[in-house]
Amino acid sequence: MNLRLLLRIAKSLLFARWRQTLLAAIGVTFSITMFIALLSFMSGLNGLLDGIMLNRTAHIRIYNEIKPNIHQPVNNSKVYKGSYNFIRSVKSSSSRQEIYNSGAIMQALKKDVRVKGIAPNITAQVFFADGSVNITGIISGIDVQAESSLFHFSEYVMEGNPLDLKNVANSIILGKGLADKLMAGMGDIVQVTTVNQVQFTLKVVGFFQSGIQELDKVQSYASFSTTQKILGKPSDYVTDIQIKLNDINLAPEIAKEYAQLFQADAEDIQSANAQFETGSFIRTLISYAVGITLLIVAGFGIYNILNMMIYEKMDSIAILKAIGFSGTDVNRIFLIIAVSIGIVGGLSGLFFGFLFSLVIDQIPFVSASLPGITSYPINYNPVFYLIGSSFSLFTTYLAGWAPARKASRVDPVIIIRGK
Amino acid sequence: MSEINVLQTNHICKSFHDPVTVEILKDITFSINEGEFVAITGKSGCGKSTLLYILSTMDTDYEGELLIGQQGMRDRTAKQLARVRNEKIGFVFQFHYLLNEFTALENVMLPGLKLGLYPEAEIRQRAGERLKRLEIEKLADKKANQLSGGEKQRVAIARALINDPSIIMCDEPTGNLDKKNSLIVFNIFKQLAEEHQQTLLVVTHDEEFAHNTHRIIEMEDGRIIKQ
Ligand SMILES: Nc1ncnc2c1ncn2[C@@H]1O[C@H](COP(=O)(O)OP(=O)(O)OP(=O)(O)O)[C@@H](O)[C@H]1O
Ligand SMILES: [Mg+2]
Repeated sequence: MNLRLLLRIAKSLLFARWRQTLLAAIGVTFSITMFIALLSFMSGLNGLLDGIMLNRTAHIRIYNEIKPNIHQPVNNSKVYKGSYNFIRSVKSSSSRQEIYNSGAIMQALKKDVRVKGIAPNITAQVFFADGSVNITGIISGIDVQAESSLFHFSEYVMEGNPLDLKNVANSIILGKGLADKLMAGMGDIVQVTTVNQVQFTLKVVGFFQSGIQELDKVQSYASFSTTQKILGKPSDYVTDIQIKLNDINLAPEIAKEYAQLFQADAEDIQSANAQFETGSFIRTLISYAVGITLLIVAGFGIYNILNMMIYEKMDSIAILKAIGFSGTDVNRIFLIIAVSIGIVGGLSGLFFGFLFSLVIDQIPFVSASLPGITSYPINYNPVFYLIGSSFSLFTTYLAGWAPARKASRVDPVIIIRGK
Repeated sequence: MSEINVLQTNHICKSFHDPVTVEILKDITFSINEGEFVAITGKSGCGKSTLLYILSTMDTDYEGELLIGQQGMRDRTAKQLARVRNEKIGFVFQFHYLLNEFTALENVMLPGLKLGLYPEAEIRQRAGERLKRLEIEKLADKKANQLSGGEKQRVAIARALINDPSIIMCDEPTGNLDKKNSLIVFNIFKQLAEEHQQTLLVVTHDEEFAHNTHRIIEMEDGRIIKQ
C-alpha cells in the first residue's frame, strides 16, 4: 500500500518534469546502446581473430626437433664431472625429424578421453620450379578428413575440392600467394624439387587462402601418401601429430605429460601463441572500460537532474513531510525516480543496442585475408545484455542515492518559514 | 462539551543559536481540550510560528514537554512523529501549500492514502465529502496550480480534515487572502468548530477573527501573557 503510494508520487514527479526525465533516460539509453554494440562488435571481432588462429592451430603439437643431443660425451666423463664444461658449435648428427613409433603414439592418443581428435602431418621442405628460378615452399602432407574436421581445412580451400587430394594421384593444393607466383591454374602441373634433389611433378587441384598472406606464399598441401612418396619415406613416416583437446585450457599440462610419455617435443597452444591471448584480453578490457565510462557519465547526468529536481521540489518535499510522510518515504520516492529512469533507459538501451548490433552485422566487410566473412562480426552474447542491464540499474541507483538522501533530510520548518 | 485533553505543553522553551543565542520561547505552558477553538495572537516576531512548528512535531529542537493526545512526543523517532502528524494533526499554512503535480482531490486524498486506514475508493469518497463541505467540489479535478489563493486555502483545509485529526493547526490562514475570502475561511472554521466539534488552534493577526473564537492565547516576546 505504502509502496504503491510512493510509486504513484514518484510517477507524478517524473511526469511533471518529463522533458528532464526523458533527457536522463536518453542518456542511459545511449550509453547502454553503445555498451551493447561495442561489446558485441569487439567480442565478435575477437572471436573472428581468435578463430583465424584457433581454427588452424593445434592445441598440442607433437614433433621431433632437430637438435644436438643433450647427452654429450664430456658430460658423462668421470674426469670432468666436477667441472663446468663449455662445448661450442655442437652439431646435431643422428637425430631425425621423424616421430619414432608414430603408429603406437597415435593409437594411444586416440584412446585418451581428453583428446578430441588428432591429425598427423608430414612437413616437407621443397623448391617449386618457376622457370629457371626456384621458389622455396612447404608441402604439408595431411589426412584431408581429419584436417577438415579438426582445423576447418576445407573452409579455407577457395577453389577445387579438398577431397581431390586423396582421390587424384600426385595432386597438390597451393596457397593463393604461391599459385600467383607460379602462375599456376587449376589442373596445371607444377614441378617440385626436394632438399635431396629428387624431382617430382604434381597436379594442382585447388587453391587455399588462410588469412595470413605470408603463409599463403609458401604453404601447400598434398595427401599423406603423396608427401611420403616425394620424400621417399615409408608409410609410417610422420613428422607432426596435431592434437585438438576437448578443453583447450588443459593443453600446457597435457603437453608436458606427452613429452614425457612419448619422448618427443610437445608444444601447447598457450606457449606458442602467448601474445595472441594478450591481444584479445586488451581489446576486451578496452571495450568494457569505454562502456563503463559511458554509463558513469550517464550516471552523473541522472545525479544532476535529480539534484535539480530536488531543489525545484523542495516545497513538495516539505508538504509531504508536513502531512505525515517520513524521511524514509521521501528517500524511497527519489530512489524510485532514479531507478525507474535506469530501468526504462536501460531496457530501451538493450533494445537499441540489439538493433545497432543487427545493423553492424549487415555492414559488408570483405577482406582477402578473411575468406568466408561477408559482414562485420557480432557476438550476440546474452551476458553483455545481463551486464548492461544490471550495470544501468546499479549506476542509476548510485546516482540517485545521494540526492535521495539529501531530499530525505530536508527540514520542512526551514522551507515553510522561508516562504 | 467533554474535557478530553488534546494538546498539552509543559514549560516549553526554545532558543536559536544563530549567530548569538536568543531565547524565542520562554516557559510556554497551556492545554487545549477537545472541541476548543483557540486563537493565538501577538506581535510579529513574538514566536507564534516557532511555537506552532514545535506543536506540529516538525521542530523537535526544544526544551520542555509536549503531549498530543496525552502522549509525550519526546524520544520518538522521526518515523513515529511523521505518523503522529499524519494521523492526529491537520496543518494549514499561511501560504497555500499544495502539491502542484496533483489535482485538488488527489491533494486531499494524499494523507488518507498515507495513513491507509480505508481502501482507496473510500478515501476518494471521503475526500469528495470534505470538498463538498467546503463548497469546492467543482474544483476536484483541477490541478492545484490552476486554483486561486482562496480556493487553494480551502483545499488545504479539506486536506487537513481528511484523517479526522484530533487537532487542526493553522498559521495565519487568512493572512494572504482578501476580506471576502478571509470571511469564507473564517466561517468554515467556525462551522467546523460548532457543527463538527473540531478542535482548532489558529495563529492570527486578525482581531475580529480572534474575538470570535472560544479562547485567545496572547503572546509577547516568547511568553504567554494572557489566556
Ligand atoms: N532560524 C532562525 N534563526 C534565528 N532566529 C530565528 C529563526 N527563525 C526565527 N527566528 C526569530 O524568532 C523570532 C520568532 O519568529 P516567528 O516566526 O515565530 O515569529 P511570529 O510570531 O510567527 O511572527 P509573524 O507574526 O511575523 O509571523 C523572530 O524574531 C525571528 O527573527
Ligand atoms: Mg509567523
